[in-house]
Amino acid sequence: MRRIRQSFDEQLEQLEQDLLEMGAFVAEMLAKAMEALVEQDVTLAQQVINEDDVADDMDLNIEQQCMRLLALQQPMSKDLRTIGTVMKVIADVERIGDYSVDIARTAIKLAATEYFKPLVDIPRMAELVREMLGQALEALVHHDLELVAQVVAGDDAIDKMWYALLNELEEIMEQHPEVVTQAVALLLVARYLERIADHVVNVAERVAYMETGQLETLAPSHRADYQPDAEL
Amino acid sequence: METLGVNMFYDDFQAITDVSIAFPARRITALIGPSGCGKSSFLRCLNRMNDVIPGARVEGEVLLDGHNICDSGTDVVQLRKRVGMVFQRPNPFPMSIYDNVAYGPRLHGIGDHAQLDEIVEKSLHRAALWEEVKDKLRELATELSGGQQQRLCIARVLAVEPEVVLMDEPCSALDPTSTFRIEELMTELMADYTIIIVTHNMYQASRVSQFTGFFLLGELIEYDHTTQIFENPRDQRTDDYVRGRFG
Repeated sequence: MRRIRQSFDEQLEQLEQDLLEMGAFVAEMLAKAMEALVEQDVTLAQQVINEDDVADDMDLNIEQQCMRLLALQQPMSKDLRTIGTVMKVIADVERIGDYSVDIARTAIKLAATEYFKPLVDIPRMAELVREMLGQALEALVHHDLELVAQVVAGDDAIDKMWYALLNELEEIMEQHPEVVTQAVALLLVARYLERIADHVVNVAERVAYMETGQLETLAPSHRADYQPDAEL
Repeated sequence: METLGVNMFYDDFQAITDVSIAFPARRITALIGPSGCGKSSFLRCLNRMNDVIPGARVEGEVLLDGHNICDSGTDVVQLRKRVGMVFQRPNPFPMSIYDNVAYGPRLHGIGDHAQLDEIVEKSLHRAALWEEVKDKLRELATELSGGQQQRLCIARVLAVEPEVVLMDEPCSALDPTSTFRIEELMTELMADYTIIIVTHNMYQASRVSQFTGFFLLGELIEYDHTTQIFENPRDQRTDDYVRGRFG
C-alpha cells in the first residue's frame, strides 16, 4: 500500500504544532499572571494583559487553517475528527488566556495592599491546572488516552481545592470583615482557576473523541446528575 | 433486497468473494471502493446484468422479496422491470423523449395512448425533468444535455414502476451542477424506491446515502451507516480508503 496525501498530512501536523504553540503560550500567560499575583508585580501583570492579543491572533489563525483544510481537502474519518477537535480546542485554550488576563487584572488591583496571609493554596491550584493543560496538549499530540485520564483525575483534585478555598475564605470574611475586598478578589482567582481546569477537561474530552470517535463527558463533575460534596 | 454468500467469477478469475448484504428498503445504499474492487460487478449481480457477459458466473443467493433471482426459472425481463438500472453514461435511445420513457411500458404491454401519456408525464415529473421538456416531447432525446439525458434515463427506469433502482456511477460523466441535481433527485426518490448506487466518488456517497459498503479486492470489507463509515470506520482498510491514504 502506497501512502499518499503527503502534503495534507504535513498540513495536519502543522495544525497540531500551531495548537501546541498556542497552548504553551497561554500556559505561560497563566504562569506569569500567577507570578504577578504572588509577587504583586504590576509590570508583569500588564504584560500578560497585552499578550492576550497574541493569543487571539493564534486562535484566529488556527481556525482559518482548519476552515481551509475542511474546504479544500474534504477530510474524512480521523482527519475530520482531528480538525474538528482542533477547532473546538482552540476556543477552550483562548478562554484560558482570557482567564489569565482576569487573574492579571486582579493582580494589579491587589498590588498595593499587603496580603492578609501568604498565598499558598491558590498558587498550588494554579500549578496543578498548568500541569493538567500540559497533559491535555501532550495527549493530543501523542494520542495518549492515559494522559486524558490523568487530566480528568486532576479536575477532581481542583474541584476539592476550590471548595476548600471557598469555605476557608468564607470563614475569614465572616471573622475579619476588613479583608473582604481582598478575600473576594482572591476567591474570584480561585474560581477562574477552577473554570480553567474545566476548559482543560474539555480539551481532554476532545482528544478522547479524536482518538476513539466517541463523544462523551468524562469528568463526573461535568455531568448533569453530579452531586457535589460541598455546596456553593 | 438481500444477497447471501455471493461469489462471482469471470471464467477462472474470482471477482466477488462471499458477499452478504441486506439493503434497507426505501433507503440509499452506496457501494464504494477503488477501481477494480468489484463493486460494479456486484451491482450487476442484483439484476442479472452479468448474464450478458461471456464467462461470467454467479454463485450464492440474491433475494428479492425472498425469491432467489439467480434461479434458472426467473423471468429476467420481469426482474429488470422490478430492479431497474441507470448507467455511467446517459444512454437514451435514438428516438424521441416521449418514446424513450414509453419504451418500457410498451414492452410490458401497455398500448393505450392516454395511459402512456400519463405514465410519461408522471415519470418525467418524478425525474425532475418535466418542466424542461414538456413542450418538446417529440424531439430527439439525444439533443438534450448530458444531465438532462441522465434524468431521462432515470425517468425511463421509473416508467416501469421498479422496486429497486441500481445506479452505476450515474454522475461520473456529468458536470457539478447536473451532479447535484441527480443527487437531489435520488434523495427525493428514496421515499418510494430502494436505491443502490456504485460510486468512485466517496463524497457523493457521503452526501446522498444512509448506508455504505466498502469493497476491496472483491470482498465487502465493511458495511454500516454512512456516518459511521466516514466519521469512524471500524476497519483500518476502510479508514485508509476514506482518508485517501492509499491508491
